[in-house]
Amino acid sequence: MTRVWLPRLIVRRLLVLIPLLLVVSIAIFGLLHLVPGGPVRALLGDKVATPQTTAAIRAYYHLDEPFLIQYWDWLQGVVQFNFGRSIRTSQLVTDAIRERIGLTGFLGFYGFLITACFGIPLGIIAALHRSSFVDQGIVALTVVGVSAPAFASGILLLYLFSIAIPLFPTFGPGVDFFDQLKHLTLPAIAMALSAVALIVTVTRAAMKEELQKDYVVSARARGVSAREIIFGYALRNALIPVTTVLGLVFVHMITGAVLVEVTFALPGIGSLLIDSIHAVDIPMVQGLVLVAAVFIVAVHLIIDILYAVVDPRVRFGRVSE
Amino acid sequence: MSVQPLTLRQNFVAVTQLRRRLPFLIWIALAVIFFVLLAVLFAEQLAPLSPNTQDLILRAKPPSAEHLLGTDQLGRDILSRLIFGARAAVIGPLLVAVGGFTIGIILGLSAGYLGGNTDSLIMRWVDLMYSLPGLLVTLVIVGIVGGGYPLAVLLLIIYFSPADTRIVRAEALKQRVLPYVEALRTLGIPRRQIIFRHLIVNVMPIIVSYIFLDFAFALVTLSALAYLGVGVPPGVPDWGRMLFENQTLIFANPWAAITPGIAIVVTAASMNLIGNWLFEVFAHRTEVRM
Repeated sequence: MTRVWLPRLIVRRLLVLIPLLLVVSIAIFGLLHLVPGGPVRALLGDKVATPQTTAAIRAYYHLDEPFLIQYWDWLQGVVQFNFGRSIRTSQLVTDAIRERIGLTGFLGFYGFLITACFGIPLGIIAALHRSSFVDQGIVALTVVGVSAPAFASGILLLYLFSIAIPLFPTFGPGVDFFDQLKHLTLPAIAMALSAVALIVTVTRAAMKEELQKDYVVSARARGVSAREIIFGYALRNALIPVTTVLGLVFVHMITGAVLVEVTFALPGIGSLLIDSIHAVDIPMVQGLVLVAAVFIVAVHLIIDILYAVVDPRVRFGRVSE
Repeated sequence: MSVQPLTLRQNFVAVTQLRRRLPFLIWIALAVIFFVLLAVLFAEQLAPLSPNTQDLILRAKPPSAEHLLGTDQLGRDILSRLIFGARAAVIGPLLVAVGGFTIGIILGLSAGYLGGNTDSLIMRWVDLMYSLPGLLVTLVIVGIVGGGYPLAVLLLIIYFSPADTRIVRAEALKQRVLPYVEALRTLGIPRRQIIFRHLIVNVMPIIVSYIFLDFAFALVTLSALAYLGVGVPPGVPDWGRMLFENQTLIFANPWAAITPGIAIVVTAASMNLIGNWLFEVFAHRTEVRM
């Protein structure tokens, strides 16, 4: 019976997610009607409002139909990846997102990698040297990290490592992979900084707690080596809460990307979102927010599954449900 | 008895170090907050110039005797704008921290004390809100609908309240099983009175420390919104907005771009330090008392 838990878990989660996504999509569609001046004004952009253009827009977007019918029409397009055309540039929303998502994805993964590679080891080190200078130094760094928004640390890094000490390029996305790596290093660090602080805090707390538990004491009494206790016993249990937070970090990389892309003038979907919001380019905003929502939901699904894989108690709890 | 990877002597040294070192950092943090509050209250007297006086001849100039931190693109004095910017940096975050906890206290105490369906309903809402990136939601709504600073603050209060609810609930769960609550219940004190007169007093210390931590996070979030052009109206000095306006001056007058960032980080870090310190102090105190 326990062998089929994974597909069952996924199916159950998906069944919860579909209504959730529907509610979110209604909210996203509703954005159009929340624009001051009404949907026609928003969809006109900077075009002149003649009776002909107004009528054309009303007809094209079915604005004379009831709200739910309009939503239904829109949703049918959306499930076929058709979000309409940008008001600002008349480009297809899907094309604009496809062009720019690669950069943001690269940036997000880079930031996430930095977070995991620095956050977890630093947290372990702090927990192993509790209350020492090392621990206090790391804790002090986390306080600075959570206090520094990505754009503030971004501009500081830019000044220090691109202008004062010219190690990295100041702006632009780069051309090939290695050039891109070089261009995106500072933005990725800026974005990762507060996430690293969060991961260090969680890892340190979890590790400290595990190291005090009875099974560690008994392992020590049996003469198990320190390395084995730390990595084989304590870390494996400490990583359970860390996994959850790492998932949240992934979600917050979107926010970080928006800020950092503005600071470093990068043409990703974050800066596209800001430009579209300021231009009240509703179809583009709707497309971008929906992509973000699907991404967030997917990350949460993956966390849930990982959680069940990492922690057998969750798995058995779910199966017996 | 707890077994740790440290010897008794190391622990002793660590504790004495903590005693000697922590207050020093806290002193610095308190001094920073004191100066920020001074700037909030006496900006007119402290600032050398008006924050919006433009000097179109002295545009984007590096520091000089006349302008200690130089000027921005429109020839406005950076130092004066920083001092006036303290207002936006304190008022909004304070509203968010206190507002978030007002909701958090009501929902958290109810969920923690009453349990059952109330608890699961409230916690379901909390879990849902947890998965939202609040900054993005606020950005899109305020950016599209308008509403500026007041709406941004309101949305952030809603975004902050789930975390606050969770903190208060955890604390209420701890308090609920203590003898004094049982005594009150045996005395026939009404539930509402137990929650909002007795439980609340014992939950307050933790809340106070978290208000400082929330303030710091709200400052970071609000200045990020201002940086992205959502929030404070144009012309009002705000550290986040200043950073955006001045980031292109990083070659001409780097101070213009860097000092607002430093102001945000230093203020937020000070509030975080004070919050963490209060948390340790209060946690220790309750431990001793029990």
